Amino acid sequence: MRILVVEDDPILMDGLKVGLGLAGATVDDVATCADARAALAASRFDAVVLDLMLPDGSGLDLLAAMRARDDATPVLLLTALDDAPDRVRGLDAGADDYLGKPFDLDELAARVRAIARRGQGRAGPVLKAGGLVLDPATLSATVEGRPVGLSRREFAVLAALMERPGVIRSKAEIEERLYGWQEEVESNTVEVHIHNLRVKVGRALIETVRGLGYRVRRPV
Amino acid sequence: MTSLRRRLFLILIAATGAIWLCAAGWIYLSSRSELEHVLDARLQEAARMVHSLVAGGNIAATPLAAEVPGAAYERQLSCQIWSLDGRLVARSGGAPDEVLGDPAEGYSERTVNGEPWRVYTILDTEKGVRVMVGDRIGLRDRLVRDLVAGLLAPLLLVVPLLGALIWMSLWRGLKPLNAVARDLTARDAEDMRPLAPAEAPAEVRPLIDAINGLFAKVEAARRHERDVTAFAAHELRTPLAGLKTQAQIALATGDAATRDGALRRILVSVDRTARLVRQLLALAKLEASAPLALKAEVDAGTLLREVAQLSAAPARIGVTLDPTLDALRLQGDRETLHLVLRNLHENAIEHMPEGGAITWRRLPNGLCVEDEGPGIPEEELPRVTERFFRGRNKSASGSGLGLTIASMAAARVGARIELENRDARRGLRAALMWS
Repeated sequence: MRILVVEDDPILMDGLKVGLGLAGATVDDVATCADARAALAASRFDAVVLDLMLPDGSGLDLLAAMRARDDATPVLLLTALDDAPDRVRGLDAGADDYLGKPFDLDELAARVRAIARRGQGRAGPVLKAGGLVLDPATLSATVEGRPVGLSRREFAVLAALMERPGVIRSKAEIEERLYGWQEEVESNTVEVHIHNLRVKVGRALIETVRGLGYRVRRPV
Repeated sequence: MTSLRRRLFLILIAATGAIWLCAAGWIYLSSRSELEHVLDARLQEAARMVHSLVAGGNIAATPLAAEVPGAAYERQLSCQIWSLDGRLVARSGGAPDEVLGDPAEGYSERTVNGEPWRVYTILDTEKGVRVMVGDRIGLRDRLVRDLVAGLLAPLLLVVPLLGALIWMSLWRGLKPLNAVARDLTARDAEDMRPLAPAEAPAEVRPLIDAINGLFAKVEAARRHERDVTAFAAHELRTPLAGLKTQAQIALATGDAATRDGALRRILVSVDRTARLVRQLLALAKLEASAPLALKAEVDAGTLLREVAQLSAAPARIGVTLDPTLDALRLQGDRETLHLVLRNLHENAIEHMPEGGAITWRRLPNGLCVEDEGPGIPEEELPRVTERFFRGRNKSASGSGLGLTIASMAAARVGARIELENRDARRGLRAALMWS
């Protein structure tokens, strides 16, 4: 799950980045509306966590601009103004959810997972394919009921493939889900993770489409 | 409460009454003089008539002519005919026996039997008679009174009618004011919509315009208050959210380095929040209290050393105080001056994350601090003293309140803050100037 966090307070930003990272998300952080616009134009995110009061404008305007150009990326508003009229204005401007500061980190992570899930068109909290079940809330996986230990990155690769079964994910797409901008991408990590995953959950599940990428077979 | 309507009513009634009284007085006096004139002429005419009868010898003067009874006004005139030697030759009915008037020809007044009379006398030496015709002055006065009463009585009946008419006219005339009052009374405290001046008369319009102006000012003040509250909420809740998040990370993580990082950030955040609270309190205090009349003088060098010690700069930043500052005496109370200098000092330090030097210098009528930070974009210069305004070159730890506090506090000691980007090299010069 790749999240864009737009927040100008450095300590809260760091907290969101580390906290959502602990919950299994890859987080990109920007502090201004302008940077957020650039980030949204450059990459695809599963969800955006947006502060309302930003140094170069209001998060609401950014949100309105996103919706105006049919950007359907789920957005959770984060703000100190939590009067009912403010919440209504935020939701009516196109936000998917709303959380007042200060908030509980676990609740924020759960809400982000929920809006990301809906953005992917799913209602159920777990990802299923074959006998494999992934639970993004607990970062746990089971194969035919047996728990399988996965690293955070392995989980992210598997989740990226299982979100849309049958659809081919390129190596670059998977890398984007694994690394934020600041992180160094090692050249063969994806291959290594796929290899390890095949050992852990079974060879048959992940299919290599030569020259294009990988996919998880659509359940029959 | 003074009622405008009652006031106007009393004024109008009093004015009308006074005019009427004057008119009544004038009618009384003029009627009286006219009546006197007419009655005098009648006296003279009657005396001539009697005299001509006597002179013509048509009647013999008989003593004690028969008295004729009559109504109130009919017995007005009395007539006496005297011989020159003082014998009453004849008199009309009801005329007294005593002599009525002066022996000389013409008008005279005299009291007979306790009653004042006005008499016209004709002296005829040829015939040897005096003819005197007189009437009672009491009767004359009664005549005048009756006449004036007859004129005034209908007016007195009209007074209540006129009062009612004035009262109703006032009620109608003051209706627009009542409408404004009703409109204002019916409003709740939140309703700041302007009153509609369209149907109001020209005299009421200035009042309505003034009220609308007041509404606009109150509304603007309230909007400003709401903005400030919203900003304060944001500025306080954001660090709280950061603290909570970092605390939850420290609790949740199994990794020692992550936990240490989170705890360190909690410490930094607590310091920043403490400073923010201090600044908010300073701001509230500046806004709430009246300026001190106290005019003390404070030594700039001592104060600056105190400030530099309190807000210690990190090792990477050099702080220089111009030695001539020691001879500079600043006008104002120590606490307020301290607030100004401290906020300017901290502002300068905050904007140099990479290090550098800040310098306090003496100016012809004040002092300034120069930093080597990024400065302030020209278009943001007018706005940086607004509450919570944080421009593009904001510092990581600032609250957007420092320059607001500095400029408010400066105004309290009769000085002002002047900000300008340094020409020669990068950085900002913040000056505290007395004019």
